Amino acid sequence: MDLTLKIWRQAGPEAKGEMKTYPIQGVEEDMSFLEMLDYLNDQLIDQGIEPVVFDHDCREGICGMCSLFINGEAHGPGRKVTTCQLHMREFKSGDTIYIEPFRAKAFPVIKDLMVDRTSFDRIQRSGGYISVNTSGNTIDANAIPVPKTDADKAFDAATCIGCGACVATCKNSSAMLFVSAKVSQFSLLPQGQPEAKERVLNMVNQMDLEGFGNCTNTGACEVECPKGISLENIARMNRDYLFASLSSNK
Amino acid sequence: MALDSKVPAGDLADKWTKHKGEIPLVSPANKRLMDVIVVGTGLAGASAAASLAEMGYNVKAFCFQDSPRRAHSIAAQGGINAAKNYQNDGDSVYRLFYDTIKGGDYRSREANVHRLAEVSRNIIDQCVAQGVPFARDYGGLLDNRSFGGVQVSRTFYAKGQTGQQLLLGAYSALNRQIAKGRVKMYARHEMQELVMVDGKARGIIAKNLVTGEFERHGAHAVLLCTGGYGNVFFLSTNAMGSNVTAAWKAHRKGAYMANPCFTQIHPTCIPVSGENQSKLTLMSESLRNDGRIWVPAKKEDAEAIRAGKLHPNDIAEENRDYYLERRYPAFGNLVPRDVASRAAKERCDAGYGINKTGEAVYLDFAAAIMRYGAEEAHVKGLKNPSDAEIKALGEKVVEAKYGNLFQMYEKITASNPYKEPMMIYPAVHYTMGGLWVDYNLMTTIPGCFALGEANFSDHGANRLGASALMQGLADGYFVAPYTVGEFLSKDIRTGTIPTDSKEFEEAENACRQRTEMFMNVNGTKSVDYFHKKLGKIMWNEVGMARSKDGLEQAIKDIQALREDFYANVRVLGAANGMNPELDKAGRVADFLELGELMAKDALERNESCGGHFREEYQSAEGEALRDDENFTFVSAWEYTGVPAEANLHKEELVFENVELKTRSYK
Repeated sequence: MDLTLKIWRQAGPEAKGEMKTYPIQGVEEDMSFLEMLDYLNDQLIDQGIEPVVFDHDCREGICGMCSLFINGEAHGPGRKVTTCQLHMREFKSGDTIYIEPFRAKAFPVIKDLMVDRTSFDRIQRSGGYISVNTSGNTIDANAIPVPKTDADKAFDAATCIGCGACVATCKNSSAMLFVSAKVSQFSLLPQGQPEAKERVLNMVNQMDLEGFGNCTNTGACEVECPKGISLENIARMNRDYLFASLSSNK
Repeated sequence: MALDSKVPAGDLADKWTKHKGEIPLVSPANKRLMDVIVVGTGLAGASAAASLAEMGYNVKAFCFQDSPRRAHSIAAQGGINAAKNYQNDGDSVYRLFYDTIKGGDYRSREANVHRLAEVSRNIIDQCVAQGVPFARDYGGLLDNRSFGGVQVSRTFYAKGQTGQQLLLGAYSALNRQIAKGRVKMYARHEMQELVMVDGKARGIIAKNLVTGEFERHGAHAVLLCTGGYGNVFFLSTNAMGSNVTAAWKAHRKGAYMANPCFTQIHPTCIPVSGENQSKLTLMSESLRNDGRIWVPAKKEDAEAIRAGKLHPNDIAEENRDYYLERRYPAFGNLVPRDVASRAAKERCDAGYGINKTGEAVYLDFAAAIMRYGAEEAHVKGLKNPSDAEIKALGEKVVEAKYGNLFQMYEKITASNPYKEPMMIYPAVHYTMGGLWVDYNLMTTIPGCFALGEANFSDHGANRLGASALMQGLADGYFVAPYTVGEFLSKDIRTGTIPTDSKEFEEAENACRQRTEMFMNVNGTKSVDYFHKKLGKIMWNEVGMARSKDGLEQAIKDIQALREDFYANVRVLGAANGMNPELDKAGRVADFLELGELMAKDALERNESCGGHFREEYQSAEGEALRDDENFTFVSAWEYTGVPAEANLHKEELVFENVELKTRSYK
């Protein structure tokens, strides 16, 4: 198929960016979206044009490194997929495709389509863990039974890949879905209880410091989340946050 | 240099406890004065960095991704082994040890493997304490599944995302230490040189991939936790960025490379679809618990399927060849990976392959869906359920077990695996070979350690499923944090390693020169062009079946390709800034050397064992023929300037507790 690509090019964090147009021929429908960009880059190199920079790594939808706003949607058309799992059979010959970076104040552009998401790491560092040393001398793994429904829900929340699609999609650039997924995982497990209150207070505080917006219950994040992380997690975090702020010893 | 594995004396089962008790301690006051560099933040790296920081060392951790959470351990699907015997099916530490030794075709070190089996149990306890949400049964206790090459259920899992959950657990432990200031994290940094001072590893030169700057980092010890080198084949299940550069730089500085030809080709991956494909996707081995592998029994049926004239669902049961069940009745579809891969290749080579390239076989869930469906119908008390009802119930059960894998398959292939069998074919997945290490996980360079897939030590010539996660975490949480102490305890008077020495300057200059060299070639072909060519050579001649002639040709072809690369590669853009093409050029340059060493290693090993199959050495039935008399050793290669002239050193493998037998899964 033949396509017209409109791609955001930006030389560096401080540089002024712009949309550039690249026609491309001979795209195959079995290519993934990123393979299509590889194919474009190969042609750009041939023409002596610097290839387009974009983040990617595992190319199987689990590392969370790929991003891209494609035709106005995080990770492009299709539900529960990352950009690397999007295939060109979703498009047809003659299409014009707009490709932009994830945009949010807390995700500054590094170059072209690559953004800096270290704000997510800083939120995790503020409390996204259980304080247990790695001696291996903990209690036996089966000493505390965990109801299957709780374990399953904790798992569902824990499948967040930290890609930032929720932020890019949200009109407020809110990171509530991301933060609530981690808070919920631990909140649903017995091991997470001792630090539950401080965890939610600290993580929400860090989220605000990073410049993410607030949640207005639009629900776009859940729709665009490649892992289908549920809004229920945001409700749970709000509950935990309220409880913690009213009863915390701090 | 004579290789000393430093395996402690004494009974196999007591070695580790005794050794751990005898390692000299470093006092807390001295630990604060000691710096440790950890390169890579996958399961091995993240767990080691967190543990060392907890113990009190100053840790600097490096990863090339934008966050430590993205390391490729995240993509491991099926599970992690541990000898817990929760299922009461006769499992034990000894049995896990024995299965791993046998699965590795008797080419791994007994003492290391036993230690791995011992600490496997602590891993599960540790991870549960960290909040890793493993799968549980309705009683709230942990669930298990089976993996290839074993007859017990010892694999712990979190749906098809076990690696993700374990890595996020290690990442959380790492985050806790970063928050405390005990670990300094350098993301989007790549190690480009190992710095040696007085014969010891004393630091690295890291490139900041965002700014293009080279940074000097000194330390008392350097831990390489940088994964495997499967991407030398271009197409593999590895992440795009996975590379051998850190390990190869250490190799060039004196670390021996062990058994580089031992590559794992995983039997169940989505087949190659076209020339522009960038990577291959694994379908977890756990699927072989329930999926049955087959090809048509009649060649004309296979031809009709390839021509699109016949649908697999229309082939009658008696006209299907469940070749693994036929050839290996004792283990059936759960034979080890090397055996399953070769069997698939044999059928496809014989003309029974079922996709347009003729390189695919079926993995079929129809029988499992009906079996689970009937069970569910019984549980629900349905009387005389119809086939359609049973099927619907069964599909639900299969979805609960493997839902994310089925979804992944459908996204890539646009075919629904609940309705028609999956198409699969073997692909490069893991490398058992790696940097040679002694019992303490130290390479032949004092102070330079290698953990996880980056070392060679535990899997011999073939790794069993769900053992990579086990090894990564065992090395990082429970082995290296202790054994590094043995080296560091002699270093308490050394003081901070200065980075303004001539050694650091020379190392940094070498990095600069290499960068300039790539930028100045100004050739005509992209880096990927060379990488793809190398991959084809490796897959055809150093892949699933190897021969003397093929390997000799591969060595010549790789040498020629390397020359072409240095004369004609084209890297655009600038060196002082973000430039992924430049970074890729450096990685491919190292692959171009490693590939040749792999071929040389395969050529020297005149036997077939595990994943290393030499066509000249097979039984009349096509099974691998090991040569224990002449090849019960680890090949450890010393770099001498060019791969062709690498020096071979041998570590003889001594089996005191296990009798060497022909591996049989029949």
